[in-house]
Amino acid sequence: MIELLIEDRCTACNACVEVCPTNVFDATPGGAPVIARQDDCQTCFMCELYCPADALYVDPDCEQAAAVDAAQLSSRGLLGQYRRDSGWGEWANEPGHSNQHWRMESIFALARAAAQARPPLETAPAHGRTAVAEGHVQEGLLAPPMAPDR
Amino acid sequence: MSDALAMNTDVLIIGGGLAGAWAAIAAAREGAAVTLVDKGYFGTSGVTATAGPGHWWSPPDPPEARRDAIAQRNARAFGLADPQWMERIIDLTWRTLPTLAPYYRFSKDEHGVTQYRGLRGPEYLRALRCLASDLGVRILDHSPAVELLASRDGTVVGANGFQRQARRRWTIRAGGVVLATGGCAFRSHLLGSDNNTGDGLLMGVEAGAELSGMEFSSYYTVAPACSTMTRSMSYAFARYFDADGQPLQIAQGPDATRALAAALLAGPVLCSLDQTPEEVRRVMPQVQPNFMLPFDRWGVDPYSQKFEITLRGEGTVRGVGGLRIADEDCGVGVRGLFAAGDVASRELVAGATSGGGAQNSAWALSSGHWAGAAAARFSRRLPNRVQEGMAQGRAGIRPLKRENRLDLVGAQTAVKAEMLPYDKNVFRSGVKLSRSLEVLEDLWRNVCDNAGGPGADLVRSRETAALVAAGRWCYTAALARNESRGMHQRTDAPLTDPRLGRRLRLRGLDHILFHPETNRRAAEASA
Repeated sequence: MIELLIEDRCTACNACVEVCPTNVFDATPGGAPVIARQDDCQTCFMCELYCPADALYVDPDCEQAAAVDAAQLSSRGLLGQYRRDSGWGEWANEPGHSNQHWRMESIFALARAAAQARPPLETAPAHGRTAVAEGHVQEGLLAPPMAPDR
Repeated sequence: MSDALAMNTDVLIIGGGLAGAWAAIAAAREGAAVTLVDKGYFGTSGVTATAGPGHWWSPPDPPEARRDAIAQRNARAFGLADPQWMERIIDLTWRTLPTLAPYYRFSKDEHGVTQYRGLRGPEYLRALRCLASDLGVRILDHSPAVELLASRDGTVVGANGFQRQARRRWTIRAGGVVLATGGCAFRSHLLGSDNNTGDGLLMGVEAGAELSGMEFSSYYTVAPACSTMTRSMSYAFARYFDADGQPLQIAQGPDATRALAAALLAGPVLCSLDQTPEEVRRVMPQVQPNFMLPFDRWGVDPYSQKFEITLRGEGTVRGVGGLRIADEDCGVGVRGLFAAGDVASRELVAGATSGGGAQNSAWALSSGHWAGAAAARFSRRLPNRVQEGMAQGRAGIRPLKRENRLDLVGAQTAVKAEMLPYDKNVFRSGVKLSRSLEVLEDLWRNVCDNAGGPGADLVRSRETAALVAAGRWCYTAALARNESRGMHQRTDAPLTDPRLGRRLRLRGLDHILFHPETNRRAAEASA
């Protein structure tokens, strides 16, 4: 969940207040916004994407708050990572950060080919549980290993 | 609290995810004055904004390719899909998606061919917001709808809601209303789903709509433990291990979920992505920029280190169930009310499966388009576009007794405890479903009696009511479907019963009634 709003970096543009889908931030008169409702954070990282100053840090743990250190995160290159890798803002025309999302199809094809090359696994459920009973119709035998929209 | 906001519009779109966005665009292209309200922000709200939707993509030539694609999908829909609807969404998606080109930088592959079918979520929603704005759509962010308004004859004529940042109520009267509030993920920590609490299901049923396919609500997606990161592509290369490091025999494919759930019930499950090809690792941050965020931040290399995983419930998001679509315009059988995307039942195109990937985005785009355009046409037909309406909401808004203030957090926790555990929802049985329904019935009575009223947090109490209602509908349908079909698996009825190859409709709030849809093929055969 959201852990840091780094005031030294923040330009008080209030983009985070506007775009946070769960309304975690409050604007303050003449200053940086505040994390007003940390418990409402859904750990979607969207605020980081929209923060042009890279002043926000969302910890990946969505279940409990984590102690983090701004200087350390900065030195590890983790502030602004999502925006950079997405090619947003000043990164938009950097070839190294171009949008390669369309490659998902070919990646799934690689996975299918690799799965076919491996010896078949037993289909019994793990730990010998009989949770999946005999005779049920298997879902989507023709489907790719995972549905290609995530 | 400030004075209430009151507005009139031709078309009101409730929800600013993928379906709501396309609905707003289609309604505006029909010439209607359109207002879109979202609980959060149109652009970041919902499960598409955080993901990377690929659309079902099949060019019209050669024609047999489309026919084959439809036949393949229909063959694994467990008898509940409709090939004509599949054809409709394929065709509309193919014609419509490229119209976004001025707003979205579609990639070109190595051969210079533009790639339309797969888009990055945040960029996609940002583009849709820009297009909608340019078409004159009025956007109200942080403005959740809480209930519909209906005239005396039952026609839906608007909605009431609350602006979370401006701290004021709103009333919008409209000639046509589109529900596009998304599915209900029961606050499972599925990426981007916290706003998806089933509000539109509740509003729709209160207005008289039916539900269909609610039993198909047991889909789960893998994520690193403690995280929301349900981007699942990389797990196509996954190997799994128990806590002692022993390999688990979990084959790739849709059944992997049930095998993983069984393993997780027995203990921690570790994952290794060491089989991922080098060229995939290298390009991953540019394919799915958010996939690596948890690993990089935790200092874990998923390609050389094992990490613990969990499964996040999708409820009716990647589940199927929702408001029953009653006509080709995505009307729900209530005058003036239309539904689009995950709040609508996706059975027409997905049957008893998730629909996986492509179909779901094509459905959101297409159902949004039809619902928005039809709402615009409906608003034109009315002699007097703006009508007075009566508020339709009760549970979570207007408590019957108000003997005590309901603990909303506690009530939501109780719903999650019935709807998310793998033993209850993945490995369903009549006994377990009945037991869960008793708990949910008590919760529903408590919500109806005590939640809401003056001074209450209207949005949260309404979300609580919707979560409880959605849970009751899911498990009522799951109990009624006394067989296993697609994602709905009953340990006490493990076979698929050919006689039950029909959609299951539900209606009602306090008393839930269900009946199987008439078997179209059987009716045709006997006619």
